Amino acid sequence: MSSLNEEVSVPIKSASDIVVARQKGRALAIHMGFAGSDPTVIAAAISEVARNIVNHAQHGEIILLGIHEGGRLGIQVNAIDHGPGISDIDRAMQYGYSSSKGMGVGLPGAKWLMDEFEIQSQIGKGTKVTMRKWVR
Amino acid sequence: MHVPILKQGDYLIATIQSVLSDADLLQLRDDLANRVGHFRSRGVIIDVTVLDVVDSFATRTLRGIAHMLKLRGAETVIVGIQPDVAFAMVQLGLSLEGVGTALDLEEGLTFLNAKTKRGGGVWRGSPALPPPRSKTPFDGPIGRGNHRVK
Repeated sequence: MSSLNEEVSVPIKSASDIVVARQKGRALAIHMGFAGSDPTVIAAAISEVARNIVNHAQHGEIILLGIHEGGRLGIQVNAIDHGPGISDIDRAMQYGYSSSKGMGVGLPGAKWLMDEFEIQSQIGKGTKVTMRKWVR
Repeated sequence: MHVPILKQGDYLIATIQSVLSDADLLQLRDDLANRVGHFRSRGVIIDVTVLDVVDSFATRTLRGIAHMLKLRGAETVIVGIQPDVAFAMVQLGLSLEGVGTALDLEEGLTFLNAKTKRGGGVWRGSPALPPPRSKTPFDGPIGRGNHRVK
């Protein structure tokens, strides 16, 4: 997979940065050729993972990448934080399960919205979510 | 960005003007709770036409606003959810269950008028009087129930 030159990093320090991240994600999605409801769907997924950073790690980063693989174009979203980490990822990915704030919709919801979704987390080190969606 | 709230007869209309941060949504909640009491409003319309995304937080907050205003005696209707936004909400498994929704401002007013059973906006005037009851049983349709002629 090669990354095109489109790469945007959005620092997430407060709830207002969530809006910045999803707006930049929508713009990149449109630039990459996503149409119809896809830019909104991608923006919603970014909103959820960015909110996860604000709620659990206070600050982190959203990296948006335009990607190109085997003749298809897509978008990759990395959500990285150095927060407390998630002790039970399976549980965190259960719809409706929430450790503290929120409805427990964020991470599983984001997974539904995107084509690919990976989550890595280490206690005390932080969490990294990588998700991709391809132009249909 | 601050959301302006207009008073329209018995109703309040909050039209979201730009993409909102979490803090703006919470501010809107507090403003509406106060104004409903101040103006003794019976209904509230929240126009979300410009929202680019309604995520889990926004859904929870809108639902919270509607339930809180209900406890203050006012009905809430959310209007203007865009097709793509609705699609993403469904995919996220989000719903506004228990909250009134309508296509646009006009439908929202109709919804509130029906819900609150009174003329709301200034353009509605006073509620229509019920039709006068007939004085004699012979005015009604023939052969109906106890109005039957012996």
